[in-house]
Amino acid sequence: MLLIFEQLLNGLQYGAMLFMLAAGLTLIFGIMGVINLMHGSFYMVGAYCGAFAIIQTGSFLAGVLCALLGAGLYGLLVEVTIIRKLYQRDHLYQVLATFGMILFTNQAMTLIFGRTPPMVEIPPMLSGSVPLGGGLEYPIMRLALIVVGAVVAVGLWYLVTRTRVGMLVRAGADDREMVDALGIDIRKLYTAVFGFGAVLCGLAGVMAAPLLAVEIGMGERILITTFVVIVIGGVGSVRGALVGALLVGMVDSMGRAFLPQLLQLVFTPTIADALGAGLVSASIYVLMAIVLIVRPKGLLPARG
Amino acid sequence: MNLPTRSIAPQAPAGTFGQPGGAGAPGFSMRQQIAFGGLLLLLVAVPIAQWLDYPFAVSFLTRFAIYALAAVSLDLVLGYGALVSFGHAMFFALGGYVVGISAFHVTDAEPLFGWLGSNSALIVWPVAMLACGVLGALVGMLALRTSGVQFIMITLAFGQMVYFLLVSLQAYGGDDGLLMKRPNTLPGVNLANPVVMYYVCVAALVLWTAFCMRLVDSHFGMVLRALRQSERRAINLGVAPHSHRLLAFIISAMGTGLAGVLWANYALLVTPDMASWSKSGEFMAVVILGGVGTLLGPIAGALVFTGLEQVMSALTEHWMLIVGPILVLVAVYGRSGLLGALLKERHV
Repeated sequence: MLLIFEQLLNGLQYGAMLFMLAAGLTLIFGIMGVINLMHGSFYMVGAYCGAFAIIQTGSFLAGVLCALLGAGLYGLLVEVTIIRKLYQRDHLYQVLATFGMILFTNQAMTLIFGRTPPMVEIPPMLSGSVPLGGGLEYPIMRLALIVVGAVVAVGLWYLVTRTRVGMLVRAGADDREMVDALGIDIRKLYTAVFGFGAVLCGLAGVMAAPLLAVEIGMGERILITTFVVIVIGGVGSVRGALVGALLVGMVDSMGRAFLPQLLQLVFTPTIADALGAGLVSASIYVLMAIVLIVRPKGLLPARG
Repeated sequence: MNLPTRSIAPQAPAGTFGQPGGAGAPGFSMRQQIAFGGLLLLLVAVPIAQWLDYPFAVSFLTRFAIYALAAVSLDLVLGYGALVSFGHAMFFALGGYVVGISAFHVTDAEPLFGWLGSNSALIVWPVAMLACGVLGALVGMLALRTSGVQFIMITLAFGQMVYFLLVSLQAYGGDDGLLMKRPNTLPGVNLANPVVMYYVCVAALVLWTAFCMRLVDSHFGMVLRALRQSERRAINLGVAPHSHRLLAFIISAMGTGLAGVLWANYALLVTPDMASWSKSGEFMAVVILGGVGTLLGPIAGALVFTGLEQVMSALTEHWMLIVGPILVLVAVYGRSGLLGALLKERHV
């Protein structure tokens, strides 16, 4: 029972991180119609910038600031120089351009920060763990990630449904020509949304830095999972991204904890371990395939 | 060579234009000139390279031919079916693993379901392509229920499933993959000789490309193109979209599988990385580089891509720094790829 509760929290924590990435990605796709494979690169840039600042200054807050700035500025730069030219183009070309930029970003980060992954300590104020009753101790850093994810979710909900910018964003997703015709500078709106998505990536990156390894390639792994999340949730829908992120987070952490044991009931331990590792990694893709077969538009599609 | 061309070819109207060496029309179209020129280049490349004493040339050219074969196959679904498959590397890997596993059971391991494995190309290669066809049918049936971005993502998801499955196959090397002791045996052909291997790859490439060209010129190809132009119109004209797209997907999977088979024989190593999503991305890049929906274009794209890789990685360790932006430039400015403008008259 304790184990189940702990895994629930782990799933929540992973889901919170995925949501920070998926929210931006799904907005970018829903509003601009752009498939942005670079989203994982912004996450990596954020993690590296954050790690660099933390190691240099010793302050986690400086790291967060640096990560948000680094990822956000890089996102703006990419939008203005490349993505802007691809809005009206076929998905194929967006995939190729952002794929090329992944190769570039990975190599550039290696050149700038070197090959050795920077080690980031958990900041003192977030280290240690808290008792959650029933003898369960849970690390504060992970709880902080859950809280940040929840804050982002509430903030996004407020931003999208209760502010003027959010209104424009929703209008832009529904009918971009009409918004343009009404005198709104749609290009500025696009740039802002893209930059905002990159900033959220930076936040996820720096929050993950003390928990996961900061390394080249971290972006691609999380990117594909993020795509699974938004496709499950329904592309273009922030609510869908939240549901998808939590679902994927839960399936992943539950699978990791219990699947090998379940398999041991049927197979010998060595086979069960090997098979379990593969099945756990594949489980979210199986989940996505099932969702798409039952509901081709995802669980909570943006329109209709 | 053992290409199962017979299954679909009858649909092509007899005497259609499009094969290098076929058609006796006076004066050649741009497309035919490019096809002839390219074929000639493929045949003389190795003697010239040996004459110039460039030692890595044969290996490089073989790699190019294999990439080209995979790219031509992918172009069939990408260009003609308008289906952006982001998981084609799974067929590349499956083709390679069928070869690797068959060889593994001959030399190292116990029989697999009572089968002792095989090293004979005449058995293993068709089995590998058949396996890819079956996987293609399975994935295609599920994936074609969706379209657009969801199709891209579901093919990616299946590719990832295959990747993780291969990683978890501890009996066959897991992460490290399988080393092969020697290439497959083909009567009268010594695949262990790099030059012979190259010409086998070229033969496979030429035959498969010719087959694909006939296919897109046939009734079947017309239907595919009609569906791409306007699905609603084609359906109202009485076309069943699902079955045509599925068949294209299966054929494409088999071609990509053949490329994987050749890769296993060339590299004598199969790894889960053959199924990685970046491999799918590379194939897609090659097709777009050469020109989507031109069949011959992707061959040129493969030459440029593998060439860039070869030259840049020799120049600098950080060659991705240059190749990445080149891909971006191609995507942003090169609307029809390298040969797209020249080949456009017929196929876009």
